[in-house]
Amino acid sequence: MQIDPHKCVACGNCIPVCPMGAIYIDPAIRRATINYDECVECSTCYRGMSQEHLNPVMVRAIRRLAKMFRFRFEPEPDVCPTAAFVMEELAWPRTVRRVFSDPLVEHKSTGIHGRGTEEVKTNDVAHRVSVGEAGYVIEFGRPGVGVRFRDIQKVTRELARAGIGFEPKNPITHLMSSPSTGDLQPDLLNEKILSAIVEIKTELGRVPEVLEIIDRMSKQVDTVIAVGVSTRCDENGEEKALSALLDEHGYSFHRAKTNLGLGRATNREQKPEGTSDQHLAPVR
Amino acid sequence: MTNTLHRYGSAESFRDDYILFAIPCRGKNDEGAVEKQRAFLRICVRHKPANMGNGSFGSYQPSRALNPTAHWRRDYTQDYESIIAGVTKPGTVAAVFDSKEAAEACLREVIQADLGLSINMSTSVEGAQECCQDTGIRRHSVEYSLGCWDSHDRLPNSQVLEISTMCGHGMISFNMARKMLDMVREGRRTADEAVLTLSRFCPCGVYNPARARRLLEQARTCQR
Repeated sequence: MQIDPHKCVACGNCIPVCPMGAIYIDPAIRRATINYDECVECSTCYRGMSQEHLNPVMVRAIRRLAKMFRFRFEPEPDVCPTAAFVMEELAWPRTVRRVFSDPLVEHKSTGIHGRGTEEVKTNDVAHRVSVGEAGYVIEFGRPGVGVRFRDIQKVTRELARAGIGFEPKNPITHLMSSPSTGDLQPDLLNEKILSAIVEIKTELGRVPEVLEIIDRMSKQVDTVIAVGVSTRCDENGEEKALSALLDEHGYSFHRAKTNLGLGRATNREQKPEGTSDQHLAPVR
Repeated sequence: MTNTLHRYGSAESFRDDYILFAIPCRGKNDEGAVEKQRAFLRICVRHKPANMGNGSFGSYQPSRALNPTAHWRRDYTQDYESIIAGVTKPGTVAAVFDSKEAAEACLREVIQADLGLSINMSTSVEGAQECCQDTGIRRHSVEYSLGCWDSHDRLPNSQVLEISTMCGHGMISFNMARKMLDMVREGRRTADEAVLTLSRFCPCGVYNPARARRLLEQARTCQR
């Protein structure tokens, strides 16, 4: 992302808008400026703010006048008065920033849409997670902190060391140079993104062990980690095994995503089991 | 994407936050999914959602060519028809309801419509269980949020988190949530105005303006 210095009037509206806090007013040039290393290319400034197309010279003159008299104008806080933000073409490896940070961008570099897969949301049709199994979505950098790939790699390496396989069609797995070791492509390690999801699956009995690994590693990474754990309910729609396990080990959970079981396969030609995009690696 | 799973708050604070979404499974039921997704959204509209989205845009959108008079008079109309018409490919469509009753009534109609898409509900664990019991649904799967693990105290206070995490994609920054809280407390914006500003940053339409309004009002009157 770039800010056109000929258009920017340094109104400062964009500063709180940036999820990474990467925009500031540079007093030397009196323009809003982006810290390029901290910017994750999420496009919140470009897309989220409404745009006026006012004449920058006129706006600067009015602002100078108002400032002289100590007037405080209360503009709409989500407006860029001169449409000063410019989307730029990105080159590898910076492209991954946009792919993992802008929810409206398709994963062209990874072949996958979104930051993860359909997870448990289509489990009633895809049958990814069965009774007695647990699926995990481990999201790095969320909320609002961001993450560099080198921190994600610290955790994926540890999970790989524990013999846990990664969801093959997940965007992070796609960027691994070696899924068996959890190593990511070296040229990505310093790239910063808004968030990324690592997806794994284990037998239910391994839930405490996996969560212990994530908890331990969360202390060694310079970001935050949001964790979701899923499983299938029994034939009566009850789920007691996973919740009991979580309770026993002191994990609290107030919120959940519930698949209501209303989906069914309707395509005339069904992909055979194992070739669906959403299938997880075998349970280990 | 898990953009509604990790909303911050206690179970009680989700009393006005019920999200229903429909999603096709690639290779399994994505043929003809667009019409089914539109049908799902049409059902949702009948039950007066607080917000709605088609994966590309929600019912509150930023403008690419704003008239300067917007600083005094801004158009706040929710345009559900364009959201329905904007479904052009298989993907996630969602609606947010501000009460269990509205979500349940919508769900009953969705069950009757028998769309064949996967339907999910995101809310408190108990809230979803009650909705399922009331509508006679046996849950298929459940994904629990274990919250955010913040070993280095990187996160702001709970008020900011509650406001900002309603956009799970992180498009509502902590600083923007903080700014809106301050503006409402200082009387520089009403809670309604602040909510609309925040909602426009969520491109998926899953931001809950009703819950945000309640939280901002609570903050304004120092109820917590």
